[in-house]
Amino acid sequence: MAEMIGILEGREGQVYEKRQDGPEIDIACDTKSLSGSVSQRACVFCGSRVVLYPVADAIHIVHGPIGCAAYTWDIRGAVSSGPELHRLSFSTDLQEMDVIYGGEKKLYRSLVELIDQYQPNAAFIYSTCIIGLIGDDIDAVCKKVAKEKGIPVMPVHSEGFKGTKKDGYKAACSALMKLIGTGPTEGISKYSINILGEFNLAGEAWIIREYYEKMGIEVVATMTGDGRIDAIRRSHGASLNVVQCSGSMTSLAKDMEEKYGIPYIRVSYFGFEDMSKSLYDVAALFPDRPEIMKRAKEIVRDEIRKYYPEMQKFKAALTGKKAAIYVGGAFKTFSLIKALRTIGMSVVLAGSQTGNKDDYRRLKEMCQEGTVIVDDSNPVELSKFVLEKEADLLIGGVKERPIAFKLGVGFCDHNHERKIPLAGFVGMYNFAKEVYESVMSPVWQFAPRKGGLR
Amino acid sequence: MLLRHTPKEVKEREGLTINPAKTCQPIGAMYAALGIHGCLPHSHGSQGCCSYHRSTLTRHYKEPVMAATSSFTEGASVFGGQANLLQSIETIFAVYDPDIIAVHSTCLSETIGDDLQQITKKAKDDSKIPEGKYVIYASTPSFIGSHITGYANMVTGMAEQFSVSTGEKKDQVNIVAGWMEPSDMREIKDISKAMGAKIVLFPDTSDVLDAPQTGKHEIYPKGGVTVEELKSTGDSKCSLALGCISAEPAAIALDKKHKVPFETLDMPIGLSATDRFIMSLSKAAGVKVPAEITAARGRLVDVMADMEQYFHGKKVALFGDPDQLIPLVEFLLDLNMKPVHIVSGTPGQRFEKRMKEVLVRAPGANFKNGLNADMFLLHQWIKNEPVDLLIGNTYGKYIARDEDIPFIRFGFPILDRIGHSYFPNVGYNGALRLVEKILSVLMDRQDRTALEEKFELVM
Repeated sequence: MAEMIGILEGREGQVYEKRQDGPEIDIACDTKSLSGSVSQRACVFCGSRVVLYPVADAIHIVHGPIGCAAYTWDIRGAVSSGPELHRLSFSTDLQEMDVIYGGEKKLYRSLVELIDQYQPNAAFIYSTCIIGLIGDDIDAVCKKVAKEKGIPVMPVHSEGFKGTKKDGYKAACSALMKLIGTGPTEGISKYSINILGEFNLAGEAWIIREYYEKMGIEVVATMTGDGRIDAIRRSHGASLNVVQCSGSMTSLAKDMEEKYGIPYIRVSYFGFEDMSKSLYDVAALFPDRPEIMKRAKEIVRDEIRKYYPEMQKFKAALTGKKAAIYVGGAFKTFSLIKALRTIGMSVVLAGSQTGNKDDYRRLKEMCQEGTVIVDDSNPVELSKFVLEKEADLLIGGVKERPIAFKLGVGFCDHNHERKIPLAGFVGMYNFAKEVYESVMSPVWQFAPRKGGLR
Repeated sequence: MLLRHTPKEVKEREGLTINPAKTCQPIGAMYAALGIHGCLPHSHGSQGCCSYHRSTLTRHYKEPVMAATSSFTEGASVFGGQANLLQSIETIFAVYDPDIIAVHSTCLSETIGDDLQQITKKAKDDSKIPEGKYVIYASTPSFIGSHITGYANMVTGMAEQFSVSTGEKKDQVNIVAGWMEPSDMREIKDISKAMGAKIVLFPDTSDVLDAPQTGKHEIYPKGGVTVEELKSTGDSKCSLALGCISAEPAAIALDKKHKVPFETLDMPIGLSATDRFIMSLSKAAGVKVPAEITAARGRLVDVMADMEQYFHGKKVALFGDPDQLIPLVEFLLDLNMKPVHIVSGTPGQRFEKRMKEVLVRAPGANFKNGLNADMFLLHQWIKNEPVDLLIGNTYGKYIARDEDIPFIRFGFPILDRIGHSYFPNVGYNGALRLVEKILSVLMDRQDRTALEEKFELVM
């Protein structure tokens, strides 16, 4: 296959095309990107920052030179219903002298200034690359400030080079673990959950929370969408952790299971199928109160009844169209394949930045003949496959959007920059509508690929 | 109100930067390198740096941005990044086949102590650079200066490392572009063409970051200054550096290396700075100013005269990058407006000195650059002395909304509007565009808030 489409040298193991007569190989993943590649991946800091970012009543200080703070300033549409401290950018803006003599004092002073001024409920301190080199003891600074100011001050060990984005998720989870268990759990219902791995992009966590609450379940904390420190501190009082998103928060769920004996399940809120399942799966774990399942069924019935007929016009137009998917986590890919099927579309390319072996094995099972599966892809490869497989739609994030538009195919942002909620039943409707509007846009008929000047 | 925490009282801050009016060096180096034809920028550091820079440039230009990364690991941080860079050079030439790799460093590789000059030399000695291909480099530590410094360093790198002198002078003028948009670079070329001046403009991101839809993903779009052109800069009659911070260092390098004399000008934004540019170019290239340029100037002056009553005394707050702010402030003064607060995160005495010269006509104006010169400070100043207009990049929208100030997007990055990559700010036509924008927001405000009996049809 490598010759057929001319994929990049050294990447053969990370690209796979499903064919009946093809070899049964495991896709190479969990590998470091080759030095010199144009990878769409990010770093440890990025992973930590996206996970903790939505905690809205904490201050988030980036300890390092200015860039890391500047590039992550309010770029994630994680909505808050109250405080919005997370949308500001705080940096110790390290200079050459700080690099030579250390930045601890500057960090200490910055923290004190900030806490006095903003009166946050907690502070997160992110280590960037050079902190790992100059050896600032940020744990000690955090401890000192926490004591002086009486709020939790959490170091986040997110030096960019110390692994991949996934390691950043872990560092964020360990910071959260330090908070969990420090708040009171009195009055928390036995029928209670935490929502993990849901970041409230475009208000999605609110939609999900409402479903569970309608079922009669108490939501103790959402982590971290519309997140609040006090809720996180008492989240060990919940009976169940409901984890979305493959990589980002599974480690926290595991840690909470170990330390507090809270079981967890993995869910997805994208598409009717997975959304319904995520309500049923939770209800099934509270069998002693059958009305929870009853209400879950009612919600599913009412919601699908509300949106399904509306979606038929999209399906009629989109049936037979082809999609390419390249997103951060593989778990999302599974849901997207199912969601696309609901609206009549097939998937010709599926890939992720950070999938693991199990993910890709499952992807292979789900995909049809001829689907290309990629790990840690790049623009050249993506555009080749989109063109060769004649995709009508690319689903991806900020760096993929202009590629789709340059090629003249539709695009749907399934990352930080989504503008409307895509989770929940209403989210499936929104997704179908957005895909319909983009794929069927009249603009593509003017594209040079379709004949150009007429 | 997102910025509800900003207090009016300005206190000295010891460490902290809140809502920066700058970013780090490497993104500037990446942007500059994209202005060379057939060049793949390369970030020598962690994967995240490259990803963030590409994302930010993509958000600003709505274009794919290609750049490679050394993908540092813990090992590299202990043993140095030489192996990563050598491997990168090999991978890039084998896989992406650019004509040039433009390597910039990051805070990580700088702190480790990687020497880009030595590593690229080793790559050459080890025959990792194919015949007819090039690797250039610039040192861009994130803990010094700003994105503007990084841009200047990479532009200097291209001048220094490509230019040759054949001993025979060429009838051409180098124009070193300060950090400006592709549309501005296109306008500079159009003006030069109209004047009949032979120029080499570098870098040149037009037809790279404003590329048309072709139905293909071009790794190397058609634009960019070519290697041949860059080589010839050593033979040029002279250089015009458009910006004392982002462009002058490259002109100095050419003067040092090949005795190409230079003149440093403000970036041609607004009437006066464009006048100086046109006169300097006319002199340097030995060409006359054609009637069409004079007519463009005339149209601008005509509009400035027609609408002068609406500008008078209007207070303006600005933030952004040095070489753009200096002529912009001068233009506001030419329009009879009143710049009262100016902030830039980019440090430097040269900048301070030039801005103070311009601000002689604006006594009492607040100006701060460098450390702690951030959007938080600007907001505090505005609370103390309110303004009629705010000019700056997209991050100004928080202040504009909280304080209800008419706002014009200008600078980098602009994440929420289009136009900056297609319509110029430089030259007389660019100035006319600025005038239109300023008038539009001021008049929209007047129309929205005027009492019914004062609501005017003709303005």
